[in-house]
Amino acid sequence: MDIIFTAIRGGRSGTREAFAVSSVWRVAEVVGGELENARARTIRLRVDGLMGYLAGQHIDIRLTAEDGYTAIRSYSVASASADEHLEITVDELPDGEVSPYLVRDLAVGDQLEIRGPVGGWFVWRPANANPVQLIGGGSGVVPLMSMIRSHQASSSACPFRLLYSLKSPDSSLYRDELHRLDQESAKLMVDYAYTRSTPEGWPAAPGRLTSESLLDKIFPTEENPDVFVCGQTVFVETVSDWLVMAGYPPESIKTERFGGTGGIR
Amino acid sequence: MGIISSGFRGRRSENAALPPGQHETQDFPVLTAGPAPLIPADEWEFFITAENGQRLAWSWDEFMALPQEEITEDIHCVTSWSKLRTVWRGVSVDTLFENVETTRDFATAHSFGGYTTNVPLWDLLGGKAWVAWEFDHEPLERAHGGPARLLVPHLYFWKSAKWIHGLELTEEDVPGFWESNGYHLHGNPWREERYS
Repeated sequence: MDIIFTAIRGGRSGTREAFAVSSVWRVAEVVGGELENARARTIRLRVDGLMGYLAGQHIDIRLTAEDGYTAIRSYSVASASADEHLEITVDELPDGEVSPYLVRDLAVGDQLEIRGPVGGWFVWRPANANPVQLIGGGSGVVPLMSMIRSHQASSSACPFRLLYSLKSPDSSLYRDELHRLDQESAKLMVDYAYTRSTPEGWPAAPGRLTSESLLDKIFPTEENPDVFVCGQTVFVETVSDWLVMAGYPPESIKTERFGGTGGIR
Repeated sequence: MGIISSGFRGRRSENAALPPGQHETQDFPVLTAGPAPLIPADEWEFFITAENGQRLAWSWDEFMALPQEEITEDIHCVTSWSKLRTVWRGVSVDTLFENVETTRDFATAHSFGGYTTNVPLWDLLGGKAWVAWEFDHEPLERAHGGPARLLVPHLYFWKSAKWIHGLELTEEDVPGFWESNGYHLHGNPWREERYS
């Protein structure tokens, strides 16, 4: 299909190459994985012929049971584009159909089918010159991590800032890597907002994110950041409303829902 | 058949109402690209534009005075959830087109906030599409597209544009927002027209 790119209120155009093989199911092999916390697991896949992808895209995963029954779910890619590998991080949903299998049962050497990576909107491209403000709630940090890793691997010098809202220190994803990058990288600053419990000695009490505490921890409007918000529906709606009320232009804010039924979107 | 995941059982549904690759949810997830626009009813209008400078428009009060229908339909999101037998209230697109004269075959749905999606006219007429302002007997929440959204339940739900502002009739099928970002031009769930 020929793709024509239309601008939406200053939105950036997509790229053609990223969609070329997006609708084809391909075999992926599990080549690694590690638990991020008590209920989330990162799974590393090798996909023959993977042509690279954009930071923030997602894949569909198809599981087929022995009797031919199939189930499909979408998961954000967590890694930066690198040869034939990609990583996803799956948060186990208590009554999920697919996520418990991916978190608990899937083993190295197993194969499954994937489609994508797809999506040309909630993505960061190294050519973008604006500062980038990432705002993630819970497992909504996954596609933002892909952007952070892509940014780190690129020559882009634009500053990144992540505000990570999470329940408690032990529910964190990528804890050590984010801590290390925050300390070592001049290109990334990480702020945390804990809603239930904090690390020992944390300067603030845990509590719900408020408009004031949010605005205190992000790039101000004057710096014209591109803002990416990802999390549960209520988190995304609430945060993006606060941003608009505080004067961030709606067209500078991209949102993606994450978690709950059916994964993203 | 593809790769078998031994040990994967899944949760079977014998429900013939589910298109391929879809699973049922009781939840009502939200798909958005950006912040939800806030449109007060007194600033709301719905328009249709066609060739020769035709432009019809309804204010909120005029729109509410049109014949209203109760609609019960299954909805299917491209991210693989389906919600069955959802109940809506709104105005049939057929009603809105009663005084439109056009030879054009396609429409671009425009939303407050800048979102667009393309739908062929034959998917909007003939009792297949509505402009809906009530969901489950309650006014449509802003997060779900209130005050009103397009409802085209036989296509993937991104075609049911939230915060609908109007329909621009076009000669060609011009890709809208998601259609320019990797999604299928048409979006029939029964044919799994998900991605481009």
